[in-house]
Amino acid sequence: MEFFEGILIPIIASVAFAIAAPIVGCLLAGIDRVLSARMQGRVGPPLLQPYYDVRKLLAKERVSVNTVQGAYVVCALVFACLAGGIFFSGGNLLMCVFVITLSSLFLIMAAWSSRSPYAEVGAARETLQVMAYEPMVLLFAVAFYMATAAILPAGGMGSFDVSAAFLLDIPVVAYAWPAFLGLLFILTIKLRKSPFDLSMSHHAHQEIVRGLTTEMSGSTLALVEVLHWCENVLFLGWVGIFFVWGAWYSVIIAIVVALAVYFLEILIDNNFARVKWQFMLKSAWAVALVGGGVNIAVLAFL
Amino acid sequence: MQIIGFLIVFPLIAALALLLIRHNAARNAIVYVSAAAIAAGSIALAVGYLGAPTTYFEFSSGLIDHLCTAISCLCVVVIVAFAVRYRNIFAGVLALVQIAAVLHVEFWYASEMEVALGLYVDPFTVIMVLIIGIIGSGICVYALGYMEDFQAHQSEGAKDRRPTFFALMFVFLSAMFAIVTCNNLSWIFTAWEVTTLCSFLLIGYTKTEEAIANAFRQIIMNLAGGIGFIVALLFCATQVGTLSLADLIQTGIENPQVVAIPITFLAFAGITKAAQMPFQTWLLGAMVAPTPTSALLHSSTMVKAGVFLLVKLAPLFLLNPVVSVMVMLVGGVTFLLCSFMAISQSNAKRVLAYSTIANLGLITMCAGVGTPEAVWAAIFLIVFHAIAKSLLFLCVGTAEHHIGSRDIEDMDLLFERMPRLARLMMLGIMCMFIAPFGMLVAKWAALVSFVDMDQVALILILAFGSAATFMFWAKWLGKLAGIAGQPKNVELTVHASEWIATMLMAFLLVFACVAIPAISAYLVEPYIVETYGFLGQAIAIDNLLIASLAVVVVVIALFTGLGRSKARQVDVYLSGVSRDNGERAFQNSLSGQTVATARNWYMDDIFGEARIAPVGVVFNSVIIGCAVVLALVGVTLV
Amino acid sequence: MGYASKSPWVIHYDGSSCNGCDIEVLATLCPGFDGERFGVVNTGNPKHADIFLVTGSVNEQNIDVVREIYDQMIEPKVVVACGICACTGGIFRDCYNVIGGVDNAIPVDVYAPGCAVRPETLIDAIVQGVAVLDEKAAALKSAGKAR
Repeated sequence: MEFFEGILIPIIASVAFAIAAPIVGCLLAGIDRVLSARMQGRVGPPLLQPYYDVRKLLAKERVSVNTVQGAYVVCALVFACLAGGIFFSGGNLLMCVFVITLSSLFLIMAAWSSRSPYAEVGAARETLQVMAYEPMVLLFAVAFYMATAAILPAGGMGSFDVSAAFLLDIPVVAYAWPAFLGLLFILTIKLRKSPFDLSMSHHAHQEIVRGLTTEMSGSTLALVEVLHWCENVLFLGWVGIFFVWGAWYSVIIAIVVALAVYFLEILIDNNFARVKWQFMLKSAWAVALVGGGVNIAVLAFL
Repeated sequence: MQIIGFLIVFPLIAALALLLIRHNAARNAIVYVSAAAIAAGSIALAVGYLGAPTTYFEFSSGLIDHLCTAISCLCVVVIVAFAVRYRNIFAGVLALVQIAAVLHVEFWYASEMEVALGLYVDPFTVIMVLIIGIIGSGICVYALGYMEDFQAHQSEGAKDRRPTFFALMFVFLSAMFAIVTCNNLSWIFTAWEVTTLCSFLLIGYTKTEEAIANAFRQIIMNLAGGIGFIVALLFCATQVGTLSLADLIQTGIENPQVVAIPITFLAFAGITKAAQMPFQTWLLGAMVAPTPTSALLHSSTMVKAGVFLLVKLAPLFLLNPVVSVMVMLVGGVTFLLCSFMAISQSNAKRVLAYSTIANLGLITMCAGVGTPEAVWAAIFLIVFHAIAKSLLFLCVGTAEHHIGSRDIEDMDLLFERMPRLARLMMLGIMCMFIAPFGMLVAKWAALVSFVDMDQVALILILAFGSAATFMFWAKWLGKLAGIAGQPKNVELTVHASEWIATMLMAFLLVFACVAIPAISAYLVEPYIVETYGFLGQAIAIDNLLIASLAVVVVVIALFTGLGRSKARQVDVYLSGVSRDNGERAFQNSLSGQTVATARNWYMDDIFGEARIAPVGVVFNSVIIGCAVVLALVGVTLV
Repeated sequence: MGYASKSPWVIHYDGSSCNGCDIEVLATLCPGFDGERFGVVNTGNPKHADIFLVTGSVNEQNIDVVREIYDQMIEPKVVVACGICACTGGIFRDCYNVIGGVDNAIPVDVYAPGCAVRPETLIDAIVQGVAVLDEKAAALKSAGKAR
C-alpha cells in the first residue's frame, strides 16, 4: 500500500493542482492587469479579463504551423501540473524543480519546432533565461534543505520534502533569507516580468512579435496562458514555503507574503525597461553566487 | 569463471579472424556473430551473478604474469616504432621510461607477490560487463555500415584498412573486460596499456596529419597516466605489500595512511584516462577518428576505464582527504568549465566530446566525495552516460553521412529529413540533461550527496554547471525540432546495421531509465552495501517511481504523440510579404528578397575555449601537483 | 454576448497616410482613453489578433502586406478601416500609386470616419466590430458542429 501511496498522492495532487491552479492563477493575472493599469493611471480591464481572453482563444479556429507544436505545449502543461502537484502535496522540492524545468524545455521545443525566425529568437532567449535562473533555483532547494537541517530539533539530517516545513519551530526564512532574496531576484525572470521578460513579454511595446508564442494561436496560445498561470501559482508557493512553520496560521502569513511579493513584482514590472541578455545572465549568476552561495556556505559551517 | 575467460579471450579470437579474413561478407558475418556472442556472454554473466555477493576466483599463474609483461613490452615497442617513424621524441622517451618501470616492477617485486585470487565478479563488475558487452558490441555492429560508407568516401584506390579497424575494436573490448574483472593490479595495468595503444591506433586510423598529431597527443598523455599507474604499482608492492586490488582497498580502509601514495598515483592514472583537465585535449583530438571509434572511446570503453578505477577507489578517497580533495576539485573544475565550453561549440562531435568530459568530471567528483550516496550516483552516471552517449554518437555518425555535415547548424529540419533518426537523437539528448531521465536522476543523487557532506564548492559547481548543460543541449534539441515544408527524406539509405545498433541503444536507454528502481535494487545497492557495510541511497523510492513514470509519458509523447495534429496548416509569420515561406524568404523594404536565417547562440566572448580552457588547465595542474607532493611528503590533513 | 467580444485583441497597420490616424490608434490604448477597459490589447502579431485596424489608404506597394496580414489572422476576425483614407483613400485618392480604401484589398466590416479619426470614434468602431466578431464566432461554432 505504501508503495502506491508514494505515487498516487502526487498524481492526485497534480490533478487537483490542474483544477485549482488555473483558477487562482487566472485571478492573480487579473489582479496583475488591474494593478498595472492603476499604476499607469488607467482604469484597466475587468478582473476576469484573463479568463475572457482564454475563452476567446479556445473558440478560435484551430490552425497550426506544424503537426507537433500543440503536443509539445500539452506536455509542458502536464509537467507543470505534475510539478505543482509534487510541491503542494509536500513532495520533494528538487523533484519539483526538475519537473518544472522539463516543462520549460517542452515550451522551448514548441517554439523551436515552428521554425519561425521570431519564435526562434524567443526560444533561444528562453533557453538563456533558464540558464540564468537555474543555479539560483537549485541553490534555493539546497538552502531549504540545509535550513531545515539547522532548525529541525532532531539535528543533523534536513529534508528536501516540502512537508518538512510544517515540522519546524521557526520558518526557513530565518536561516535562508539570502537565498530568499536571491529567489526574489530570479522570480522576475520566471514570472516573465520586465526587466527580464526577454523571451515572451506581456506588453506589446517590448516584444519581437511575442517571442516564444509567435506561431501559437487559438487553443495552443490559450494553453500557454494557462501554463503561465499554473507556473505563477507554483512559484508563489516557493516564495510562501519560506514562511511556513509548525503553527497553522503560518500558512496565512505565507499567503500574505506571497501576495506581497507578487505586488512587488508588478511594481518592478511597471518601473523598469527591459535589459540586455548579458546583464540578465551576469546579474542572475552573481545573485545566485552571493545569495545562494553565501547562504549555503554559512549553513554548511553552522 | 569460464564466462570471464570467454569474455576476455573470445574477442581476441574474433579480432584475429577479422584481421586474417578480408572478405566483406565474411567480415559482416563474423562481426554480427561475435557481437551477439559477446553480448550473450555478458548477459549470461550478469544473470549468473545477479544478487550474488562478490565472488573471487583462485586464478594465478606465472605464465600469465609473464604474458602480461610481454604484452606491455609489445605495446611499448609498437609505440616506440611509431614514435621513431613519425619522429616524436617525447612519446618515445615516455614509452621507454614506462618499459623500464614495467620491467623493474615485474622482476623485482611482482614475481614474489603472487595474487592468488586473480579474478572476481561483483555487482559493479556486472554493470560494467553489461555496458561493455552490449553497448561495445552494438557499436561494432554499427561500424559495419558506417565503415562501408566511410570507405566509399575515401579516394579511389585507397587501401581498405577495415580489417585492422575491426580487429582493434574487438581487442579493445577484450582489454576492457580484463580491466573490470581482474583483481591483479599488474594484469589490470597490462589491459590498461592495451586500451591506450588501441585507441592510439584507432585515432590515427585515417593517417592524415591531424589524425597523427592527435593520436600522439593521446599517447603522450595516456603514457603519462600509465607511468602514474606503474609508479602506483611500485608503491603498492613496496609499501602495501600486495598487488591485489581487493587487498589494497581492504588495507586502505583499515589503515588509510599506508595507501596514500599508491592511490594518489592510481587516481592520477584514472584522471588521465578519463580525460579530465588538464588532459582534456586528447579526448577532443580523438574526434578526428571515424565515429564508431569516438563512440567506443566515449561511451563504453577507454574513458570508462578511468572512472571505473576512480569509483572502485572511492571508499579510500573518503578516508584520505588530500587525494579526495584532488579528485573532487579536478572533477569539479572539469565539469564546470567543460560544460561552459560546450556552449561555444557548433561541431556536434565537439559538443559531445565536451559533454563527455564534463560528465566524467561529475563522476570523478562523486568518486572523490566517496560516500555511499555519491558512489550510487557515480555508478548511475556511468550507466546512463554510456547508453545515451553511444546513442548520440551513432546518430551523429549516421546524420553526418547523410546530410554531409557534423555541424549542428546544418541539422536544421532533421526532424523532417530523417524523422526516425531525429527522434532518436532527441531522446538521447533529453536523457543527457533533463528530468526524469537517468542522467538527471543521477545528478540529483549527486547533488544530495554533496549537500549531505556540506561540500559547498561542489554544490555551486553542480548548480552552475547544470545550468550551462541545459543551455547547450536545449539549443541543439531546438535545432532538431524545427519543422517546415516537405524536405526530401534522406533516411531511406541508412544501413540496416546502423539501425540495429541505434535502435538497440534507444531501447536500452528507455529500458534503463524506466528500470532505475530495479537496477538500483539489484545491482547498485548490493555493491554499495558490500563495499561500505551499509546502504546510502539519496533518492526515495517514490521519487524514482515517479521519474520512471514520467519517462514513459515523455517517450510516448515523443514517439506517438507528435505529428498527429489535425489542425489546419498555415505559414509562419515573417512580418510582411512572404516570397517563399518554407524557405523563410520574404520581401524586404526595397522589394528585394531576404532570407531569414538564425544561428544558435555560442556566446564565444563569455564561454569561448580560449578564455576558459587555460584557467582549468592551470588550476588542475596545480591541484594535481600539490596533491602528489603532499602524498609523497606523507602529509595527510587528518 | 460571446467571449470573442470581451477580448478584442487588435493588430494595427498603417498604410499610405499622414500618420495622424496612426497616432490616434495608439492614443486609444493609452491612459487617456484606456482601450483595455474593454479588453482591447495591442498585439504585434496577426496570429494573436481578432481585429485588424488599418489606417491610411492602400497603394501598390502595401496591398500585398495588408492581404498577407489579413490572411494570417485566424477566424473569427474583423477589419476596421480607421480614418477617411482607410475608408475611401481620402486626400491621397488621386495619387498615382494609391489604389484607394482598404476594401480594395480585403473585406472591411466597420468603417470609422474622421481626419484624423478620434479615439472615441475608434472605441465605438471596435465595439461595433466586436458585435460582428460575435456573429462570426457563432457562425464558426455552428459550422464546426455541422461538420
